[in-house]
Amino acid sequence: MERYDRQVRLDEIGPAGQQKLRAASVLVVGVGGLGSPISLYLAGAGVGRIGLVDDDVVSIHNLHRQVLYGEDQVGQSKARCAAERLGRLNSEVQVEPHAMRLTEENAEALIGRYDLVVDGCDNYDTRYLIDRTCGKLGKPYVYGAICGFTGQVSVFHYGPNPLAYADLYPEPPSVAPDRRVIGPTPGITGAVEAHEAIKVICGFGDVLARRLWMFDLRTMHSEVVAW
Amino acid sequence: MKILINQKEMATDAAHLAALAEELGLPATGVAAAVAGKMVPRTAWADTPLYEGCPVTIIRAACGG
Repeated sequence: MERYDRQVRLDEIGPAGQQKLRAASVLVVGVGGLGSPISLYLAGAGVGRIGLVDDDVVSIHNLHRQVLYGEDQVGQSKARCAAERLGRLNSEVQVEPHAMRLTEENAEALIGRYDLVVDGCDNYDTRYLIDRTCGKLGKPYVYGAICGFTGQVSVFHYGPNPLAYADLYPEPPSVAPDRRVIGPTPGITGAVEAHEAIKVICGFGDVLARRLWMFDLRTMHSEVVAW
Repeated sequence: MKILINQKEMATDAAHLAALAEELGLPATGVAAAVAGKMVPRTAWADTPLYEGCPVTIIRAACGG
């Protein structure tokens, strides 16, 4: 337990919370800019089983924000490289790489094997698929998304009168996705997503259910809006 | 009148949220809005009046990861 000493000393975690983390399983969909901090902090915290879904390979233009990877891994599977990195961080955690895309065909089987889903993906279709599947299976969906200097986080399908991602955006925007981003944006957003997952697992604090947190790093405007 | 959009002051003649969305040229999909920290569904934007100093939050869908 020495590994977790600094967090177990927190009243909100304690030995009971640490045991809950050990017993928990989380599926991280996408291990890029968001998935890097999400999976690093969840593995560091001692989440017992972590699944990583990503069909992509590491590119040189990923490295400014995808802190899981190094230059020597360009061209290699993100899911496998991430699993190897997390294994070195915490060998007590069972890491399951799924080097595939989340699809209509595999979503229920994959998500069904975990307690909750944390969003590290980079497109609307996958977010609506996670949303529908989590709603159907009754699994909490920790949502996060970024663009440029802005990020947003919420928790769907969790708590009394739960909401869905589709309640926030019934339809995606019609404009083409903007891929521009500065590294700290997914760093901050992913860290907050990881912490919302820890709150859900341990059962403390006010989870961002029926609320959405958003920020803009240019102005440092940050706000929580509620439904 | 003056309102606050994402904590920045702006002058507008829009009487309600739907008129403000039109004035700002917000797209028809992928945008959410809150007034005084409370989310307003798009179907209710035309019934949501604005007032002097009204704090409006515009939230744009983002898909990056």
